[in-house]
Parts: sequence; structure tokens; C-alpha cells
Amino acid sequence: MKKRKERIDRGIKVRSEDIFALCSWREMLYLSSPRLLPIVGLFVLSFVLSLYWQKVLLSVSVIALLAISWDLLAQSGMVSLGQALFFGMGAYLAAIMNHYWGWSPFLTIPMATIFGGLFCTVLLLPVLRLRGIYFAMVTLILPIMLVRVIEATRIFGGTEGISGLTPLPSRWFELYIIIVALLAAFFGFRRLMGSDFGLVLKGINDNDRSVMNAGINIYWFKAQALFIAGSAGAFAGAFMTHVYMFVGMPVFALDYSILPIAAAIVGGAGTFAGAMFGAFLLVPLSEILRGLGGLRIVFYGLFLVVFIVALPEGIFHYIQRKYNQFERWVEVEK
Amino acid sequence: MSASPLLNVSNLSKYFGGVKAVNAFSFKLMEGELLGFIGPNGSGKTTVVNLITGFVKPSGGEVTYRGQNITGWAPYKIVRLGIARTFQMVRPFYQLPAFKNMIIPLYSPRVKGMAGGKYGDRDAIALDLLEEVGFERDSFVAYKIASVLPQGYLKRLELAKGIALQPDLLILDELFSGLSLAEVASIVPIIEKLRYGGMTIIMIEHRLKELFRIADRVIVLNFGEKIADGLSKEVMESDEVKKAYLGSEED
Ligand SMILES: Nc1ncnc2c1ncn2[C@@H]1O[C@H](COP(=O)(O)OP(=O)(O)OP(=O)(O)O)[C@@H](O)[C@H]1O
Ligand SMILES: [Mg+2]
Repeated sequence: MKKRKERIDRGIKVRSEDIFALCSWREMLYLSSPRLLPIVGLFVLSFVLSLYWQKVLLSVSVIALLAISWDLLAQSGMVSLGQALFFGMGAYLAAIMNHYWGWSPFLTIPMATIFGGLFCTVLLLPVLRLRGIYFAMVTLILPIMLVRVIEATRIFGGTEGISGLTPLPSRWFELYIIIVALLAAFFGFRRLMGSDFGLVLKGINDNDRSVMNAGINIYWFKAQALFIAGSAGAFAGAFMTHVYMFVGMPVFALDYSILPIAAAIVGGAGTFAGAMFGAFLLVPLSEILRGLGGLRIVFYGLFLVVFIVALPEGIFHYIQRKYNQFERWVEVEK
Repeated sequence: MSASPLLNVSNLSKYFGGVKAVNAFSFKLMEGELLGFIGPNGSGKTTVVNLITGFVKPSGGEVTYRGQNITGWAPYKIVRLGIARTFQMVRPFYQLPAFKNMIIPLYSPRVKGMAGGKYGDRDAIALDLLEEVGFERDSFVAYKIASVLPQGYLKRLELAKGIALQPDLLILDELFSGLSLAEVASIVPIIEKLRYGGMTIIMIEHRLKELFRIADRVIVLNFGEKIADGLSKEVMESDEVKKAYLGSEED
């Protein structure tokens, strides 16, 4: 007997997310599981992991935050090669407020988030007119320049950095503050891009002249997107500063620019979920490969290449397709 | 009549390197007029539109709208004053469904207040506007992704995006090109309806028969310069125009 693979689309009824979905438990579960999965998953993880892996979870969350911040910019037509700018800006602002002014982390983190976003936006304001690779180049150069400024002028501890900063109350506090922030940013960004405001941002990415022609000041919208993305990155930086109780020039390092992009590309850009997924794959992987010593970067690179070649759309888009359609084998009549 | 013009263009020029795309071009447009722009390919029609709407900065000359000098303003500011234009090469948001394309002009500060603050309202207005320009509601074509729509619908979408801005002056850059006779015939009444609703319209067209039928006045451009300006009937019959334009076209 011959069999063939049948592919069934789950259909508009379920995807329309309206009251039809409330008719059956299966469909309610189908709709809610993608939303519940990251929430439940993160909290369960925080309980079952060992101390070492809890630390890894912290870095994963930080990279995930930078990755969805990158994705937000990319969806708004701005390709950033300098997520480290946001991260470093937040980190240094929090450290300065804590070290020189004696503010508690409960004040420095929110303030560094807002002002970090603001300063980054102001820094990039003159280049908002640039598109594509030109904008990307500037974002790449800015963090490198800031490092040199700190090095040359020896401000804020110079090459030594600032140490002895106030830690956060406890390990659990650290873990939950970053998990909650990540989830809030993730669902917030998704909602934002689904709104009319987000539609305008997507329109700018698609065809900016057409958006201008609709009487919309695209630079104002880009600046707002930049502020939101910059603030998310600055939060990550400010948070890590208090976790490490130290800030130094490495916060502007290329790692914080490249890793989030790699996560977003491997996971699948344009959905936030892909970027987050990518971070949860790449960061632990890099930890596991630590044992390989010098060969680590080779394996890591190999892994990236394999994934990008096999699933150029990103892992998440692949999962998403499978989720919306299911396949089954059916008998074909002879 | 001594009414002041809605739009006053004087000595407008644009040079691209050595090319004089538009050269010392002047005209006045009265409120409620339907003005046609014609001229051979490359005669500078689109460039004039780009100069008026701020997409290109002029090398010289002045554009005033309702007595206000708007020369060199940013496009979005000009739109907010009430001048909307469509693009000759359609510029939809290809990744969005047709009706979501409409949300972006409806989100513009010019109409945002009028179009209701809420998300759902704007969707409904978008669908209504699309129906007005011929997206049949029964066919659900308004829900299709723009990238799969045929040229006829993309042109209609372009028109709807312009109308959505509720402009006082609407500039249509070759709306009819690439459309079948039947499609043109179905769009002409839409334009006439707008015009009798009080909208001032500039139409750039290569489809002369249709244009001469609905335009009050026609301006002819050749090599960036105005060679004729008058009532449709007069322009249609002037020798200069036949020589520069009609003669070379209809052989
Ligand atoms: N951005 C530009 N850079 C250089 N030259 C340009 C540019 N835009 C237009 N031109 C030139 O200016 C002249 C007028 O072009 P324009 O597009 O305004 O003509 P048109 O009358 O709209 O033609 P068509 O009927 O083909 O649409 C042409 O010679 C064109 O090559
Ligand atoms: Mg043209």
C-alpha cells in the first residue's frame, strides 16, 4: 500500500484568535501554549538549575534581551552592529550613579535604563538619515570610540574600571529581575510591533519614502524605536554592572554586538521569539564548548555555519511553520 | 475674478548635473481645478511633482501653497498641509496585506484624529476606502498581501493611500499607465467623484484621450519647459503640441 504525506493547515479559524478558539480545550491549549511556554519554562529553569547554570541563565537572558532589541531595530529598518553601545552605556551610567553619587541599584538601574536609551538615541540622531550598511557602520564604530575615550582621558576609572559597586540583594533576586524584564520586553515588543505604531515602523523598513508620503516624520518614529531598543540594552548593561559589582571597558566589547546578532539570525529574525530562542541555544552551547579550549571558536563557528546553511530562515520560522501545519501519512488508493 | 491661487509655482528649476530636468517652470492652480500634465517621456513631469511635494530639492524657483512658501520643505510637512501624491512606480508595503497598507496613511497626524484613535476603527476605515476605489468587499482581495496583487489593484491601492490623507490637492502621477481600458474606465468615475467633492487634482497622464475628457486645463512640458497651457480643447488642437508630443506619439 502506498502512502503519501498530507499536510493540513490548521486554518484561519484557530489562527484568527477570536472566540471560536474558546469552543475546545485543544484549541485553547494550541493558542496559549506558545505564550505560556517561555513564561513557565523560564521559571522552572530557574528552580532546577545548579548555581553554575543559573549564572549561565543570567548571561543567556542578557544576550536574549540584546537580541530582541536588535530585532526591534532590524524590523524598523535599522541594522545595528553595535548593541554593545546600548549595553555599555547602561553599564557605565549605573556604575557612575552608584559609585560617585551613592544611589542604590533600585534607582541606578531604572535611571540608567531611561538615560542610557536617551543618550544612545541622541548619539545616533545625526545618522538616522543613513540607511543600511552606512547606519550599521556608525553603530559599530561608536562603542569602539567610547572605549578609546575612556582609555585616553582616564575618566570613570580609565582602564581599571570601577569596582566595589553595590550588589543586588540575592541570587534569586538577580535571576527573577532579569527573567521578568526579559519576558516583559519580549511580550511588550511583540505587542508593539502588532500595533499601528509598529506597522509604521515596519513600513519604514519596507519603503521609507512611502511612509514619508503618508505625512509621517520617519525620523521621529525611528528615534522612538531607537530609544525603546536602546533602553532594553541599557537595562541589560546596568543590571550586569550590579551583578558583577564592576564596570570596565569590556562592556563595550564586540561580543555584546556580535552574539545578539548571531542569536537573532540563527533563531530567525523578525519575530523576537526567534532571537530569544537563538540566545537560549548559542550561549549555553558556548559554555559547553568551553572544555574544548582553543578549538572552541572553531566548533562554534562550524555550528553557526551549519545552522545558517540548513535553515537560512532561522530555526524559529521552521518551528512556526510546523506549528501552523501538521503533517500526517495517509494511504493512497492503488 | 481675483481669487488667490491654491498653488503657485514660479520659475521652478531642477538640474541633475548637466541635465535640465525642469527649467524655469511656472504655473498657477486654482482651488477645485482638475489640471492635466502631459509631455513626452523624460520631459520632467515627475520631477515637477517631486519638487512640489518636497522629495527633490529645487535648484531654483519657488512653490507657494495657500500663500505659504513651501519650497524645500520635508515631504511629511507638505503632506500635513494637505498635498498628497501617488507614485508613478507604485510603492506599496509589499509584506503587508492591502488593508494594512492603508493603516500607515491613516496613522498620519493629518488624519489620525479624524480616523479614530483605536486600532479596530482604522481597519474598518481602511476597508471602506479600499472598497471605494474598487477592492470588491465580497472577494476579500483587500486581505491579500500586497506582493501578490496585480498591477491594477496596486494602482488602486496607491490611489486609496492618497485619498486616505484627505488632501485638498491630490497629485496623480500616471495613475492610468499599465491599466486596461476597462480598468481606466472604472477609475475615471472615482476621480470625478473626488473632484466634485471639492478636491483639487493634478493628473499626469500619457493616456491623452481619457485625460482630455476629464481635465479642465492642460499643461504641456517638453525638455523641462512649458510649451503650452490652456483649456483641454485648445491644447489638443495647438500645432506646437502636435509637433512636440502628439505627432511623435501617434505615428
Ligand atoms: N534622480 C535623478 N537623477 C538624475 N537625473 C534624473 C533624476 N530624475 C530624473 N532625471 C532626469 O530628468 C529628466 C526628467 O525626468 P522625469 O522623470 O521627470 O520625466 P517624466 O516626464 O516624468 O517622464 P516619464 O513620462 O517617462 O515618466 C529625465 O531626463 C531624467 O533622466
Ligand atoms: Mg514620470
